[in-house]
Amino acid sequence: MRIALDINGRSIEAEVEAATLLVAFLREHMGLTGTHVGCDSGQCGACTIHLDGRAVKACLVLAVQADGRRVTTIEGVAAPDGALHPLQEAFRDHHALQCGFCTPGMVMTGLDLAETLETPDEWAIRAGLSGTLCRCTGYTPIVEAIADAVAARRERKA
Amino acid sequence: MTPFAYHRPATVAEAVLLRWREPASAFLAGGQTLIGTLTAGGAHPSALIDVARIPDLAGIRDEGGRLVVGAAATHATIARDAGSLPGLAALARVIGDLQIRNMGTLGGSLANNDPAGEHAAAALGLGADIRTDRRTLPADSFFTGPFRTALDPDELVVAIAYPRPRRAGYAKMRDPASGYPVVGVFAAETADGPRVAVIGAGPRPFRLPAFERALAAGFGPDALAGLTVSAQGLRDSLHASAQYRAHLIAVLARRAVAAAK
Ligand SMILES: Cc1cc2nc3c(=O)[nH]c(=O)nc-3n(C[C@H](O)[C@H](O)[C@H](O)COP(=O)(O)OP(=O)(O)OC[C@H]3O[C@@H](n4cnc5c(N)ncnc54)[C@H](O)[C@@H]3O)c2cc1C
Ligand code: FES
Ligand code: FES
Repeated sequence: MRIALDINGRSIEAEVEAATLLVAFLREHMGLTGTHVGCDSGQCGACTIHLDGRAVKACLVLAVQADGRRVTTIEGVAAPDGALHPLQEAFRDHHALQCGFCTPGMVMTGLDLAETLETPDEWAIRAGLSGTLCRCTGYTPIVEAIADAVAARRERKA
Repeated sequence: MTPFAYHRPATVAEAVLLRWREPASAFLAGGQTLIGTLTAGGAHPSALIDVARIPDLAGIRDEGGRLVVGAAATHATIARDAGSLPGLAALARVIGDLQIRNMGTLGGSLANNDPAGEHAAAALGLGADIRTDRRTLPADSFFTGPFRTALDPDELVVAIAYPRPRRAGYAKMRDPASGYPVVGVFAAETADGPRVAVIGAGPRPFRLPAFERALAAGFGPDALAGLTVSAQGLRDSLHASAQYRAHLIAVLARRAVAAAK
């Protein structure tokens, strides 16, 4: 089937099998390997991307379901000149990654939380991360980095 | 994954016709249950009929005494926009995780009828009507067994009409690994009297008549003091024994009533 979608601000047209998962399309057809595959069954959140601006697990979405829609992957988060997004800066400042396997999914989940949470409440952030697993950090620095981003957004709005 | 065809019909009539013409096909909404099943080799449909963008299945609207929610409304949309109906938004807010709530839909949850599927609690607890392409099914006769409903194979859920309760609340004991409820209880004070619905504990969602009678005397957690539930016929699994589930039902019923707004 022919699909047309926006990926990280670029218009893409491609021919895909209906049974192609969005995560496979992104990694194997588009070469966007920043989106990781941990479990392939919707449990770990490593494959989290944005569909029309909201975090979803790309292993539970078919590429054909993204037809006509807007996809953002970790490769589309930093500015075109390479300047990091403030949430990426916050991850670096707080040492919110060790092996880095979960990090693309963590950043994409954190960006959704940074947009939707009213306050940088620790427990709201922890609940928001319940579908995105990290085996290294113990979460504390990740929660702190996202709290910074939520607070920064509130300041921008105030 | 076994190859399949993909259709994205624009209308309810077109979707139902496609489904009827191809008996081995399946409707696809958010895919948060179905796509995992396909990846695991648990289903081999000949075609998927994507209903997520059909306009008649979208949105939330007020219809006099009822709130009518489109079958393709996501859990996240309901959590955000169904605040005027006590209990429903609170329930949608604690389903699964953030990403699942952004894709998973009300209609998919009800049609799938996972014994731990949470939307069944509000539908049954409020006495909602499930509107399909061909008829209206009361929630009381919709959930027929584990992963089984009163829907015909080619029948499409279009919207759910929830009567507005005086107050309603939901409480769940969350499985920390999956996010699914071990048990969930929805309690409502409705125009037709109290209703208490349980999910996660039995082979299908069910009501608690003894608890409802007790609440008729006064809708508060104290009215349920001392009431217990028999473990007979409840789910017994690795995650929770039938006895523990019976205990949770009584505790969560009091919490749901206490949380009712
Ligand atoms: C990691 C994870 C955690 C989860 N945690 C929870 C949880 O805590 N609580 C909970 O309640 N759920 C949970 N779920 C399930 C989630 O809520 C699903 O979104 C929901 O059960 C199915 O909705 P869907 O739109 O994704 O349906 P789909 O997967 O698209 O479809 C499910 C079934 O319903 C049928 N169907 C879909 N729409 C219609 C319709 N309009 N009419 C007729 N048939 C239809 C399909 O043919 C299919 O058989 C979880 C899922 C995952 C992957
Ligand atoms: S790879 Fe998608 S959730 Fe684990
Ligand atoms: S940094 Fe290793 S899994 Fe999170």
